[in-house]
Amino acid sequence: MSRMKLFALQALVAVVAIAIWWIGSTVKIGGVLLLPPFFFSTPGEVFSRVVRMVATGVVWHHLAVTLIETALAFVIGAAGGILFGFWFARKPTVAAVFDPYLKMVNALPRVVLAPIFMLWLGLGIWSKVALGVTLVFFIVFFNVYQGVKEVSPVVLANARLMGMNDRQLFRHVYWPSALSWMFSSLHTSVGFALVGAVVGEYLGSSAGLGYLIHQAEGVFDIAGVFAGMFVLAVFVLIIDWGVTAIENRLLVWRPQAPIGND
Amino acid sequence: MEVSGETSAADARPAIRLDGLRIAFGQKGRPAYEAVDATSLTVGENEFVSIVGPTGCGKSTLLNAVAGLLKPAAGGVEVFGRPLSGLCREAGYLFQQDAVMPWKTALDNVALGLEIAGRPRAEALEEARVWLGRVGLARFADRYPHQLSGGQRKRVGLAQVLIRHPKILLMDEPFGPLDAQTRQIMGNLLLGLWAADRKAVLFVTHDLEEAIALSDRVLIMSAGPNARVIGDHRIDLARPRDASEIRLDPRFHELHRAIWNQLRAEVVKTYGEDAA
Repeated sequence: MSRMKLFALQALVAVVAIAIWWIGSTVKIGGVLLLPPFFFSTPGEVFSRVVRMVATGVVWHHLAVTLIETALAFVIGAAGGILFGFWFARKPTVAAVFDPYLKMVNALPRVVLAPIFMLWLGLGIWSKVALGVTLVFFIVFFNVYQGVKEVSPVVLANARLMGMNDRQLFRHVYWPSALSWMFSSLHTSVGFALVGAVVGEYLGSSAGLGYLIHQAEGVFDIAGVFAGMFVLAVFVLIIDWGVTAIENRLLVWRPQAPIGND
Repeated sequence: MEVSGETSAADARPAIRLDGLRIAFGQKGRPAYEAVDATSLTVGENEFVSIVGPTGCGKSTLLNAVAGLLKPAAGGVEVFGRPLSGLCREAGYLFQQDAVMPWKTALDNVALGLEIAGRPRAEALEEARVWLGRVGLARFADRYPHQLSGGQRKRVGLAQVLIRHPKILLMDEPFGPLDAQTRQIMGNLLLGLWAADRKAVLFVTHDLEEAIALSDRVLIMSAGPNARVIGDHRIDLARPRDASEIRLDPRFHELHRAIWNQLRAEVVKTYGEDAA
Protein backbone atom coordinates (compact mmCIF):
# COMPACT_ATOMS: atom_id res chain seq x y z
CA MET A 1 0.00 0.00 0.00
CA SER A 2 1.37 3.39 -0.92
CA ARG A 3 1.98 6.02 1.74
CA MET A 4 -0.56 8.43 0.28
CA LYS A 5 -3.28 5.82 0.08
CA LEU A 6 -2.63 4.74 3.65
CA PHE A 7 -2.81 8.33 4.86
CA ALA A 8 -6.04 8.93 2.93
CA LEU A 9 -7.65 5.88 4.53
CA GLN A 10 -6.47 6.92 7.99
CA ALA A 11 -7.99 10.38 7.45
CA LEU A 12 -11.20 8.78 6.23
CA VAL A 13 -11.65 6.95 9.53
CA ALA A 14 -11.42 10.26 11.42
CA VAL A 15 -13.82 11.98 9.03
CA VAL A 16 -16.43 9.22 9.33
CA ALA A 17 -16.19 9.11 13.12
CA ILE A 18 -16.52 12.88 13.45
CA ALA A 19 -19.39 12.92 10.96
CA ILE A 20 -21.34 10.35 12.96
CA TRP A 21 -20.69 12.29 16.15
CA TRP A 22 -21.68 15.56 14.50
CA ILE A 23 -24.92 14.21 13.02
CA GLY A 24 -25.83 12.42 16.24
CA SER A 25 -25.34 15.51 18.35
CA THR A 26 -26.88 18.18 16.10
CA VAL A 27 -29.46 16.58 13.77
CA LYS A 28 -32.72 15.43 15.33
CA ILE A 29 -33.73 12.00 14.12
CA GLY A 30 -37.35 11.19 14.91
CA GLY A 31 -37.52 14.20 17.17
CA VAL A 32 -34.58 13.22 19.40
CA LEU A 33 -30.82 13.76 19.35
CA LEU A 34 -29.09 10.39 19.46
CA LEU A 35 -26.05 11.95 21.16
CA PRO A 36 -27.35 14.71 23.47
CA PRO A 37 -24.77 17.51 23.64
CA PHE A 38 -24.93 17.57 27.43
CA PHE A 39 -23.32 14.14 27.49
CA PHE A 40 -21.42 14.13 24.21
CA SER A 41 -20.88 17.82 23.35
CA THR A 42 -20.47 18.57 19.63
CA PRO A 43 -17.43 18.44 17.36
CA GLY A 44 -17.69 22.18 16.68
CA GLU A 45 -17.72 23.10 20.34
CA VAL A 46 -14.83 20.80 21.23
CA PHE A 47 -12.84 22.18 18.30
CA SER A 48 -13.44 25.78 19.28
CA ARG A 49 -12.48 24.92 22.86
CA VAL A 50 -9.19 23.40 21.68
CA VAL A 51 -8.53 26.48 19.55
CA ARG A 52 -9.23 28.76 22.50
CA MET A 53 -6.96 26.73 24.80
CA VAL A 54 -4.15 26.97 22.32
CA ALA A 55 -4.81 30.64 21.45
CA THR A 56 -4.91 31.85 25.04
CA GLY A 57 -1.84 29.77 25.83
CA VAL A 58 -3.49 28.02 28.81
CA VAL A 59 -2.68 24.61 27.41
CA TRP A 60 1.08 25.10 27.09
CA HIS A 61 1.68 25.35 30.79
CA HIS A 62 -0.27 22.16 31.46
CA LEU A 63 1.37 20.35 28.56
CA ALA A 64 4.81 21.32 29.81
CA VAL A 65 4.04 19.97 33.28
CA THR A 66 2.78 16.67 31.91
CA LEU A 67 5.76 16.43 29.55
CA ILE A 68 8.27 16.98 32.36
CA GLU A 69 6.54 14.39 34.54
CA THR A 70 6.51 11.88 31.68
CA ALA A 71 10.17 12.45 30.84
CA LEU A 72 11.31 12.17 34.47
CA ALA A 73 9.22 9.04 35.03
CA PHE A 74 10.68 7.45 31.93
CA VAL A 75 14.30 8.34 32.63
CA ILE A 76 14.24 7.32 36.30
CA GLY A 77 12.18 4.16 35.67
CA ALA A 78 14.36 3.10 32.75
CA ALA A 79 17.60 3.74 34.64
CA GLY A 80 16.35 1.68 37.58
CA GLY A 81 15.09 -1.07 35.28
CA ILE A 82 18.41 -1.29 33.43
CA LEU A 83 20.42 -1.34 36.65
CA PHE A 84 18.32 -4.00 38.35
CA GLY A 85 17.80 -5.96 35.14
CA PHE A 86 21.55 -6.36 34.71
CA TRP A 87 22.14 -7.07 38.36
CA PHE A 88 19.48 -9.78 38.57
CA ALA A 89 20.45 -11.39 35.27
CA ARG A 90 24.09 -11.68 36.28
CA LYS A 91 23.34 -12.83 39.85
CA PRO A 92 20.80 -15.68 39.70
CA THR A 93 20.74 -16.02 43.50
CA VAL A 94 19.62 -12.41 43.93
CA ALA A 95 16.99 -12.92 41.24
CA ALA A 96 15.70 -16.07 42.93
CA VAL A 97 15.44 -14.37 46.34
CA PHE A 98 13.55 -11.33 45.07
CA ASP A 99 11.42 -13.14 42.51
CA PRO A 100 8.18 -13.50 44.59
CA TYR A 101 8.36 -9.88 45.76
CA LEU A 102 8.87 -8.58 42.24
CA LYS A 103 5.87 -10.53 41.02
CA MET A 104 3.84 -9.25 43.97
CA VAL A 105 4.62 -5.60 43.36
CA ASN A 106 4.19 -5.95 39.61
CA ALA A 107 0.74 -7.50 40.06
CA LEU A 108 -0.40 -4.53 42.16
CA PRO A 109 -2.70 -2.10 40.31
CA ARG A 110 -0.62 1.09 40.38
CA VAL A 111 -3.64 3.33 40.93
CA VAL A 112 -3.83 2.20 44.55
CA LEU A 113 -0.29 3.50 45.03
CA ALA A 114 -1.23 7.01 43.91
CA PRO A 115 -2.71 8.16 47.25
CA ILE A 116 0.34 6.84 49.09
CA PHE A 117 2.72 8.69 46.78
CA MET A 118 0.62 11.81 47.26
CA LEU A 119 0.98 11.53 51.03
CA TRP A 120 4.70 10.91 50.77
CA LEU A 121 5.65 13.32 48.02
CA GLY A 122 2.91 15.96 48.06
CA LEU A 123 0.72 17.28 45.28
CA GLY A 124 3.62 18.51 43.11
CA ILE A 125 5.12 16.71 40.16
CA TRP A 126 7.06 14.09 42.15
CA SER A 127 4.06 12.03 43.21
CA LYS A 128 3.14 11.73 39.50
CA VAL A 129 6.71 10.89 38.55
CA ALA A 130 6.76 8.17 41.20
CA LEU A 131 3.59 6.63 39.82
CA GLY A 132 5.06 6.62 36.30
CA VAL A 133 8.30 5.13 37.57
CA THR A 134 6.52 2.13 39.09
CA LEU A 135 5.00 1.44 35.67
CA VAL A 136 8.11 2.02 33.52
CA PHE A 137 10.51 0.26 35.85
CA PHE A 138 8.95 -3.17 35.47
CA ILE A 139 8.67 -3.08 31.69
CA VAL A 140 12.30 -2.05 31.28
CA PHE A 141 13.44 -4.37 34.04
CA PHE A 142 11.88 -7.49 32.51
CA ASN A 143 13.15 -6.63 29.04
CA VAL A 144 16.73 -5.93 30.11
CA TYR A 145 16.71 -9.09 32.21
CA GLN A 146 15.55 -11.08 29.20
CA GLY A 147 18.03 -9.32 26.92
CA VAL A 148 20.98 -10.29 29.08
CA LYS A 149 19.71 -13.85 29.51
CA GLU A 150 19.02 -14.37 25.81
CA VAL A 151 22.48 -13.53 24.51
CA SER A 152 23.35 -16.32 22.10
CA PRO A 153 25.79 -18.75 23.81
CA VAL A 154 27.80 -18.96 20.58
CA VAL A 155 28.25 -15.19 20.36
CA LEU A 156 29.23 -15.22 24.02
CA ALA A 157 31.76 -18.04 23.58
CA ASN A 158 33.17 -16.26 20.54
CA ALA A 159 33.56 -13.03 22.50
CA ARG A 160 35.27 -14.76 25.39
CA LEU A 161 37.66 -16.62 23.10
CA MET A 162 38.50 -13.29 21.50
CA GLY A 163 39.86 -12.40 24.91
CA MET A 164 37.18 -10.06 26.23
CA ASN A 165 37.24 -9.31 29.93
CA ASP A 166 34.07 -8.70 31.94
CA ARG A 167 33.97 -5.00 31.16
CA GLN A 168 34.39 -5.61 27.43
CA LEU A 169 31.77 -8.36 27.48
CA PHE A 170 29.40 -5.88 29.05
CA ARG A 171 30.12 -3.19 26.48
CA HIS A 172 30.22 -5.29 23.32
CA VAL A 173 27.79 -8.10 24.10
CA TYR A 174 25.43 -7.71 27.06
CA TRP A 175 24.73 -3.99 26.70
CA PRO A 176 23.74 -4.02 22.98
CA SER A 177 21.62 -7.10 23.48
CA ALA A 178 19.82 -5.67 26.51
CA LEU A 179 19.33 -2.34 24.75
CA SER A 180 17.73 -3.98 21.75
CA TRP A 181 15.20 -5.65 24.04
CA MET A 182 14.60 -2.44 25.90
CA PHE A 183 14.03 -0.45 22.74
CA SER A 184 11.64 -3.02 21.41
CA SER A 185 9.41 -2.09 24.35
CA LEU A 186 10.06 1.63 24.12
CA HIS A 187 6.57 2.44 22.84
CA THR A 188 4.97 0.64 25.77
CA SER A 189 7.22 2.11 28.43
CA VAL A 190 6.96 5.70 27.16
CA GLY A 191 3.18 5.24 26.95
CA PHE A 192 3.07 4.02 30.53
CA ALA A 193 5.17 6.94 31.74
CA LEU A 194 2.50 9.22 30.30
CA VAL A 195 -0.31 7.16 31.80
CA GLY A 196 1.34 7.43 35.22
CA ALA A 197 1.64 11.20 34.88
CA VAL A 198 -1.92 11.80 33.70
CA VAL A 199 -3.56 9.44 36.20
CA GLY A 200 -1.55 11.03 39.00
CA GLU A 201 -2.65 14.49 37.90
CA TYR A 202 -6.22 13.34 37.64
CA LEU A 203 -6.23 12.10 41.22
CA GLY A 204 -4.85 15.26 42.73
CA SER A 205 -2.76 18.12 41.40
CA SER A 206 -2.76 21.76 40.41
CA ALA A 207 -1.45 21.51 36.86
CA GLY A 208 -1.16 19.13 33.89
CA LEU A 209 -3.47 17.63 31.29
CA GLY A 210 -4.95 15.24 33.81
CA TYR A 211 -5.77 18.24 36.02
CA LEU A 212 -7.44 20.04 33.08
CA ILE A 213 -9.64 17.06 32.34
CA HIS A 214 -10.50 16.56 35.98
CA GLN A 215 -11.44 20.23 36.42
CA ALA A 216 -13.74 20.16 33.41
CA GLU A 217 -15.34 16.96 34.60
CA GLY A 218 -16.04 18.48 38.01
CA VAL A 219 -18.37 21.09 36.46
CA PHE A 220 -19.93 18.76 33.87
CA ASP A 221 -18.07 20.62 31.12
CA ILE A 222 -18.09 17.78 28.58
CA ALA A 223 -16.59 19.93 25.83
CA GLY A 224 -13.70 20.71 28.17
CA VAL A 225 -13.16 17.00 28.91
CA PHE A 226 -13.12 16.10 25.23
CA ALA A 227 -10.84 19.02 24.41
CA GLY A 228 -8.40 17.84 27.08
CA MET A 229 -8.56 14.30 25.73
CA PHE A 230 -7.95 15.57 22.22
CA VAL A 231 -4.86 17.51 23.23
CA LEU A 232 -3.63 14.45 25.13
CA ALA A 233 -4.15 12.22 22.09
CA VAL A 234 -2.23 14.57 19.79
CA PHE A 235 0.52 14.75 22.38
CA VAL A 236 0.72 10.93 22.47
CA LEU A 237 0.90 10.72 18.68
CA ILE A 238 3.80 13.18 18.54
CA ILE A 239 5.70 11.34 21.26
CA ASP A 240 5.08 8.06 19.44
CA TRP A 241 6.54 9.44 16.21
CA GLY A 242 9.56 10.60 18.14
CA VAL A 243 10.03 7.15 19.67
CA THR A 244 9.75 5.50 16.26
CA ALA A 245 12.42 7.84 14.88
CA ILE A 246 14.78 7.04 17.77
CA GLU A 247 14.10 3.33 17.35
CA ASN A 248 14.88 3.35 13.64
CA ARG A 249 18.08 5.20 14.35
CA LEU A 250 19.32 2.87 17.10
CA LEU A 251 18.18 -0.49 15.84
CA VAL A 252 19.46 -0.33 12.25
CA TRP A 253 21.26 -3.61 12.78
CA ARG A 254 18.05 -5.54 13.28
CA PRO A 255 16.25 -7.23 10.43
CA GLN A 256 13.07 -5.31 9.65
CA ALA A 257 9.88 -7.22 10.19
CA PRO A 258 7.83 -6.86 7.06
CA ILE A 259 5.02 -4.41 7.80
CA GLY A 260 2.18 -3.52 5.47
CA ASN A 261 3.05 -6.10 2.83
CA ASP A 262 -0.01 -7.41 1.14
CA MET B 1 59.03 -26.97 1.16
CA GLU B 2 55.95 -25.84 -0.67
CA VAL B 3 55.43 -29.22 -2.32
CA SER B 4 56.15 -31.43 0.62
CA GLY B 5 52.78 -31.99 2.17
CA GLU B 6 54.11 -35.28 3.47
CA THR B 7 57.00 -33.91 5.53
CA SER B 8 56.73 -34.99 9.09
CA ALA B 9 55.13 -31.87 10.50
CA ALA B 10 53.97 -33.83 13.51
CA ASP B 11 57.57 -34.44 14.56
CA ALA B 12 58.03 -30.74 15.28
CA ARG B 13 56.88 -29.30 18.60
CA PRO B 14 53.15 -30.04 18.56
CA ALA B 15 50.75 -27.12 18.68
CA ILE B 16 48.06 -29.26 20.26
CA ARG B 17 48.52 -32.50 22.19
CA LEU B 18 45.66 -34.40 23.71
CA ASP B 19 46.61 -37.20 26.04
CA GLY B 20 44.03 -39.74 27.17
CA LEU B 21 41.29 -37.12 27.03
CA ARG B 22 37.95 -38.11 28.54
CA ILE B 23 34.89 -35.86 28.48
CA ALA B 24 31.72 -36.73 30.33
CA PHE B 25 28.46 -34.88 30.66
CA GLY B 26 26.96 -35.34 34.09
CA GLN B 27 23.36 -35.00 35.07
CA LYS B 28 22.22 -35.33 38.64
CA GLY B 29 20.90 -38.77 39.48
CA ARG B 30 21.98 -40.31 36.21
CA PRO B 31 25.17 -42.04 35.17
CA ALA B 32 27.46 -39.64 33.33
CA TYR B 33 27.38 -39.75 29.54
CA GLU B 34 30.89 -40.38 28.31
CA ALA B 35 31.08 -38.43 25.09
CA VAL B 36 34.78 -38.79 24.42
CA ASP B 37 37.02 -41.43 25.94
CA ALA B 38 40.79 -41.94 26.05
CA THR B 39 41.49 -39.80 23.03
CA SER B 40 45.04 -38.90 22.20
CA LEU B 41 46.15 -36.88 19.23
CA THR B 42 48.69 -34.30 18.23
CA VAL B 43 48.55 -31.44 15.75
CA GLY B 44 51.93 -30.19 14.54
CA GLU B 45 52.80 -26.52 14.40
CA ASN B 46 52.16 -26.08 10.69
CA GLU B 47 49.76 -28.92 10.24
CA PHE B 48 46.21 -28.94 8.93
CA VAL B 49 44.39 -31.80 10.63
CA SER B 50 40.77 -32.74 10.05
CA ILE B 51 38.55 -34.88 12.22
CA VAL B 52 35.74 -36.77 10.54
CA GLY B 53 33.23 -39.04 12.15
CA PRO B 54 29.55 -39.93 12.26
CA THR B 55 27.13 -37.30 13.57
CA GLY B 56 27.01 -36.95 17.32
CA CYS B 57 30.35 -38.67 17.88
CA GLY B 58 31.75 -35.84 19.95
CA LYS B 59 33.88 -34.04 17.36
CA SER B 60 32.65 -30.63 18.45
CA THR B 61 33.01 -31.60 22.09
CA LEU B 62 36.64 -32.40 21.47
CA LEU B 63 37.17 -29.02 19.83
CA ASN B 64 35.49 -27.22 22.74
CA ALA B 65 37.87 -28.97 25.12
CA VAL B 66 40.87 -27.73 23.10
CA ALA B 67 39.43 -24.21 23.17
CA GLY B 68 39.00 -24.44 26.92
CA LEU B 69 35.23 -24.00 26.75
CA LEU B 70 34.78 -27.47 28.30
CA LYS B 71 36.68 -29.03 31.15
CA PRO B 72 37.79 -32.61 30.47
CA ALA B 73 36.92 -35.24 33.10
CA ALA B 74 40.37 -36.78 32.74
CA GLY B 75 43.45 -36.48 30.62
CA GLY B 76 45.27 -33.40 29.51
CA VAL B 77 45.24 -30.75 26.82
CA GLU B 78 48.61 -29.26 26.01
CA VAL B 79 49.07 -26.22 23.82
CA PHE B 80 52.61 -25.63 22.61
CA GLY B 81 53.89 -27.85 25.40
CA ARG B 82 52.02 -26.07 28.18
CA PRO B 83 49.01 -27.61 29.92
CA LEU B 84 45.87 -25.66 29.15
CA SER B 85 44.11 -23.89 31.99
CA GLY B 86 41.08 -21.75 31.33
CA LEU B 87 40.44 -20.50 27.81
CA CYS B 88 42.96 -21.17 25.07
CA ARG B 89 44.33 -17.71 24.26
CA GLU B 90 46.40 -18.94 21.31
CA ALA B 91 43.38 -20.27 19.47
CA GLY B 92 40.95 -18.68 17.07
CA TYR B 93 37.65 -20.51 16.90
CA LEU B 94 35.35 -20.49 13.89
CA PHE B 95 31.95 -21.76 14.97
CA GLN B 96 29.40 -23.73 13.02
CA GLN B 97 26.67 -21.23 13.89
CA ASP B 98 26.93 -17.51 13.27
CA ALA B 99 29.01 -16.06 16.05
CA VAL B 100 29.50 -12.53 14.77
CA MET B 101 27.83 -9.75 16.75
CA PRO B 102 24.56 -8.92 14.99
CA TRP B 103 24.66 -5.34 16.32
CA LYS B 104 27.98 -4.48 14.68
CA THR B 105 28.75 -3.88 11.01
CA ALA B 106 31.04 -6.30 9.17
CA LEU B 107 33.92 -3.85 9.58
CA ASP B 108 33.33 -3.34 13.31
CA ASN B 109 33.02 -7.08 13.81
CA VAL B 110 36.40 -7.71 12.20
CA ALA B 111 38.07 -4.81 14.01
CA LEU B 112 36.68 -5.98 17.35
CA GLY B 113 39.45 -8.49 18.06
CA LEU B 114 42.11 -5.82 17.74
CA GLU B 115 40.14 -3.21 19.65
CA ILE B 116 39.71 -5.36 22.72
CA ALA B 117 43.42 -6.11 22.61
CA GLY B 118 43.96 -2.39 23.12
CA ARG B 119 44.80 -1.21 19.60
CA PRO B 120 43.61 2.31 18.71
CA ARG B 121 40.28 2.24 16.91
CA ALA B 122 41.48 3.97 13.74
CA GLU B 123 44.32 1.50 13.37
CA ALA B 124 42.04 -1.46 14.05
CA LEU B 125 39.55 -0.27 11.44
CA GLU B 126 42.27 0.17 8.86
CA GLU B 127 43.55 -3.35 9.34
CA ALA B 128 40.00 -4.68 9.40
CA ARG B 129 39.46 -3.17 5.94
CA VAL B 130 42.50 -5.07 4.68
CA TRP B 131 41.14 -8.32 6.09
CA LEU B 132 37.67 -7.73 4.69
CA GLY B 133 39.38 -7.30 1.33
CA ARG B 134 41.22 -10.59 1.77
CA VAL B 135 37.97 -12.45 2.33
CA GLY B 136 36.39 -10.64 -0.62
CA LEU B 137 34.01 -8.41 1.31
CA ALA B 138 35.60 -4.99 0.76
CA ARG B 139 32.33 -3.62 -0.61
CA PHE B 140 30.28 -4.88 2.32
CA ALA B 141 32.13 -3.19 5.19
CA ASP B 142 29.12 -1.20 6.36
CA ARG B 143 26.57 -4.00 6.18
CA TYR B 144 25.11 -5.59 9.27
CA PRO B 145 25.18 -9.39 9.51
CA HIS B 146 21.47 -9.75 8.71
CA GLN B 147 22.10 -7.93 5.43
CA LEU B 148 24.71 -10.52 4.37
CA SER B 149 24.26 -14.02 3.01
CA GLY B 150 25.25 -17.10 5.02
CA GLY B 151 28.51 -17.43 3.10
CA GLN B 152 29.33 -13.76 3.55
CA ARG B 153 28.72 -14.01 7.29
CA LYS B 154 31.17 -16.93 7.40
CA ARG B 155 33.74 -14.76 5.64
CA VAL B 156 33.25 -12.05 8.24
CA GLY B 157 33.71 -14.70 10.94
CA LEU B 158 36.88 -15.94 9.26
CA ALA B 159 38.35 -12.44 9.02
CA GLN B 160 37.32 -11.77 12.62
CA VAL B 161 39.30 -14.81 13.73
CA LEU B 162 42.33 -14.40 11.47
CA ILE B 163 42.94 -10.70 12.15
CA ARG B 164 44.08 -11.66 15.65
CA HIS B 165 46.77 -13.92 14.16
CA PRO B 166 46.01 -16.88 16.39
CA LYS B 167 48.67 -19.61 16.37
CA ILE B 168 45.97 -22.26 16.27
CA LEU B 169 42.76 -22.33 14.26
CA LEU B 170 39.87 -24.41 15.55
CA MET B 171 37.06 -24.88 13.07
CA ASP B 172 33.80 -26.63 13.90
CA GLU B 173 32.07 -27.54 10.64
CA PRO B 174 32.46 -23.89 9.68
CA PHE B 175 31.02 -24.37 6.20
CA GLY B 176 28.37 -26.86 7.30
CA PRO B 177 25.30 -24.71 6.68
CA LEU B 178 26.47 -23.52 3.23
CA ASP B 179 25.56 -24.91 -0.17
CA ALA B 180 28.02 -27.13 -2.05
CA GLN B 181 29.46 -24.48 -4.39
CA THR B 182 29.93 -21.94 -1.62
CA ARG B 183 31.65 -24.59 0.49
CA GLN B 184 34.25 -25.22 -2.21
CA ILE B 185 34.83 -21.49 -2.67
CA MET B 186 35.21 -21.07 1.09
CA GLY B 187 37.57 -24.08 1.15
CA ASN B 188 39.80 -22.45 -1.43
CA LEU B 189 39.67 -19.14 0.39
CA LEU B 190 40.70 -20.89 3.60
CA LEU B 191 43.55 -22.76 1.88
CA GLY B 192 44.83 -19.54 0.33
CA LEU B 193 44.83 -17.67 3.63
CA TRP B 194 46.28 -20.65 5.46
CA ALA B 195 49.18 -21.02 3.01
CA ALA B 196 50.38 -17.51 3.93
CA ASP B 197 51.56 -18.52 7.41
CA ARG B 198 50.53 -22.16 7.91
CA LYS B 199 48.95 -22.11 11.32
CA ALA B 200 48.07 -25.29 13.12
CA VAL B 201 44.49 -26.13 12.18
CA LEU B 202 42.08 -28.56 13.77
CA PHE B 203 39.15 -28.80 11.41
CA VAL B 204 36.01 -30.73 12.30
CA THR B 205 33.72 -31.80 9.49
CA HIS B 206 31.36 -34.57 8.49
CA ASP B 207 32.29 -34.09 4.85
CA LEU B 208 35.09 -36.54 4.02
CA GLU B 209 35.84 -34.98 0.63
CA GLU B 210 36.26 -31.57 2.21
CA ALA B 211 38.55 -33.06 4.84
CA ILE B 212 40.80 -34.76 2.26
CA ALA B 213 40.91 -31.72 -0.01
CA LEU B 214 42.06 -29.40 2.78
CA SER B 215 44.16 -31.44 5.21
CA ASP B 216 47.59 -32.89 5.83
CA ARG B 217 46.06 -35.58 8.01
CA VAL B 218 42.55 -36.91 8.44
CA LEU B 219 41.56 -38.49 11.75
CA ILE B 220 38.53 -40.73 12.09
CA MET B 221 36.49 -40.79 15.24
CA SER B 222 34.41 -43.76 16.24
CA ALA B 223 30.69 -43.53 16.88
CA GLY B 224 29.78 -42.27 20.35
CA PRO B 225 29.45 -42.72 23.26
CA ASN B 226 33.04 -43.31 24.34
CA ALA B 227 34.19 -41.98 21.00
CA ARG B 228 37.89 -42.06 20.28
CA VAL B 229 40.25 -41.60 17.37
CA ILE B 230 40.42 -44.86 15.47
CA GLY B 231 42.16 -43.86 12.27
CA ASP B 232 44.95 -41.53 11.22
CA HIS B 233 45.46 -41.04 7.50
CA ARG B 234 48.21 -38.92 6.00
CA ILE B 235 47.08 -36.99 2.91
CA ASP B 236 50.07 -36.87 0.59
CA LEU B 237 48.50 -34.66 -2.07
CA ALA B 238 50.77 -31.89 -3.31
CA ARG B 239 50.20 -28.31 -2.19
CA PRO B 240 49.15 -25.74 -3.21
CA ARG B 241 45.85 -27.39 -3.92
CA ASP B 242 42.63 -26.29 -5.48
CA ALA B 243 39.82 -27.52 -3.27
CA SER B 244 37.53 -28.32 -6.20
CA GLU B 245 40.00 -29.63 -8.79
CA ILE B 246 41.86 -31.88 -6.38
CA ARG B 247 38.73 -34.01 -6.24
CA LEU B 248 39.50 -35.23 -9.78
CA ASP B 249 42.99 -36.45 -8.83
CA PRO B 250 43.36 -40.27 -8.92
CA ARG B 251 45.29 -40.21 -5.64
CA PHE B 252 42.35 -38.35 -4.08
CA HIS B 253 40.11 -41.28 -5.00
CA GLU B 254 42.48 -43.83 -3.55
CA LEU B 255 42.65 -41.94 -0.26
CA HIS B 256 38.91 -41.41 -0.25
CA ARG B 257 38.27 -45.12 -0.73
CA ALA B 258 40.71 -46.13 2.00
CA ILE B 259 39.34 -43.68 4.56
CA TRP B 260 35.70 -44.24 3.64
CA ASN B 261 36.04 -47.98 4.13
CA GLN B 262 36.98 -47.34 7.74
CA LEU B 263 34.51 -44.51 8.28
CA ARG B 264 31.56 -46.38 6.82
CA ALA B 265 31.60 -48.98 9.56
CA GLU B 266 31.23 -46.23 12.16
CA VAL B 267 28.51 -44.40 10.29
CA VAL B 268 26.54 -47.63 9.90
CA LYS B 269 26.93 -48.22 13.62
CA THR B 270 25.29 -44.87 14.40
CA TYR B 271 22.37 -45.53 12.11
CA GLY B 272 22.00 -49.06 13.47
CA GLU B 273 21.56 -47.65 16.96
CA ASP B 274 19.13 -45.02 15.80
CA ALA B 275 16.99 -47.63 14.09
CA ALA B 276 16.94 -49.91 17.13
